[in-house]
Amino acid sequence: MKRALLPLTVLVLVAGCSSSQNWGWYVIDPTTESGWTNVKFLVSGMGATIQISLIAAVLSIAIGLIVALPSLSEKRGWRLVNRIYVEFIRSIPLLPMLFWVFYGMPIVFRSMGLNIPIDPFWGAIITLAVSDSAFTAEIYRAGIQSIARGQSEAAQTIGLNYFQTMRYVILPQAIRRILPPLANQFIYIVKMSAFASVIGMQELTRRANELVVTEYRPLEIYTLLIFEYLLLVLIISAGVRWLERRMGSDERGQ
Amino acid sequence: MPDAVVELVDVNKWYGTFHALKDFNLEISSGERVVICGPSGSGKSTVVRCINQLERHQKGTIRIDGVELTDDSKSVARIRSEVGMVFQQFNLFPHLTVLENLTLGPIKARGLSRKEAEARARHYLERVHIPDQADKRPIQLSGGQQQRVAIARSLCMEPRVLLFDEPTSALDPEMISEVLDVMVELAEEGMTMVVVTHEMGFARKVADNMVFMDEGETVEQGKPENLFTNPKSERCRKFLSQILQH
Repeated sequence: MKRALLPLTVLVLVAGCSSSQNWGWYVIDPTTESGWTNVKFLVSGMGATIQISLIAAVLSIAIGLIVALPSLSEKRGWRLVNRIYVEFIRSIPLLPMLFWVFYGMPIVFRSMGLNIPIDPFWGAIITLAVSDSAFTAEIYRAGIQSIARGQSEAAQTIGLNYFQTMRYVILPQAIRRILPPLANQFIYIVKMSAFASVIGMQELTRRANELVVTEYRPLEIYTLLIFEYLLLVLIISAGVRWLERRMGSDERGQ
Repeated sequence: MPDAVVELVDVNKWYGTFHALKDFNLEISSGERVVICGPSGSGKSTVVRCINQLERHQKGTIRIDGVELTDDSKSVARIRSEVGMVFQQFNLFPHLTVLENLTLGPIKARGLSRKEAEARARHYLERVHIPDQADKRPIQLSGGQQQRVAIARSLCMEPRVLLFDEPTSALDPEMISEVLDVMVELAEEGMTMVVVTHEMGFARKVADNMVFMDEGETVEQGKPENLFTNPKSERCRKFLSQILQH
């Protein structure tokens, strides 16, 4: 069954391409004027997708660290705070959380007498950052715990306090182990940013949906959409490999 | 005794249900060299780890310079400034150069300028006989060199007391003496030292007081020559005969 899957897929694709009746690449054919307008319209969502993903990733990396620190405490109460946050946040599916933040949170704010509007842009960022922070927190915890205990003990005996120990001794060593899974999370954020389309954010997926409604060419438009995400993810992967190489050589003392 | 730098009175420590230290007493005066020995699991490492509060004792009193250690962070910070520690596994920071390992504490915890800290670091590297390795990473050094860097790192904090937790146990045999030589020199210069070790030659040479521990208690203590030639307890005799056999 599994082995039959690939030939079958190829067959379907070839059949689709060869029957000119159902296949309409003209919608995104950049050599024609209307096709070029359509392509420009689709690609113009790229900026929003990149912005949302980048800001959400930076926030998630920061929140994740703050959430991870109590998990390393010797005190049970602190560890419990971390456990509750991680278990609770990572159990919420992204879409319901997005709805809650976008439609629900302004009501919470209003009931508190605050007038803080949440637009689709920040609604998406907050949701992605918070939802992802539970995972980045776990990545930090694993990375920090993988650094031998002797390191923080040695740091303490030369008089460093908790934050100095983290800043100068533990995190610089842990970051090399944290970075690859963190990059994975960044890719995850880029892909999940597509959900922002349902609250009206004009990003890649939203643009594709809008064009499909007017052009009735879902296959071609969504194919292009997939390649747009592929391009983004490939760029991130290349960037991360470059970073890893740089840090790797640093560790060997070269 | 007024000149006791470190004083442990009836100290008790449990790990879960395991009673690691039982009413342990020890007094270390300024300039004194104390060697603690005993079979593994006897609590000797726990003693030094309690003195610098890497482990909290649950009962009893530990005084540094007459001031009792309490749980609050000020008290812990004070010990850290007076008590240095050398670990069995060196615990050098692998991502920093030797020089950076030595200057981190003085700069960040003591507020020295980089220049002052580096001058101090080079001075102590000289004292442990590796002045020309300052810009290397720990991993590029031999075990013996790494442990001497670790000793220099502790000295850079200019502690009143230096604790050694089995400093030569992780070393290849041919590197043990270069570390012990440095420790003997420190002892001759009058450094107050507490050394957990099985190196009986070192103990004989420098120890003013030798403590034999077993099962969390002091079984016997006194001048090393007395302990070696005339151990009173059966446990001590057995331990020494095992350790001196080879």
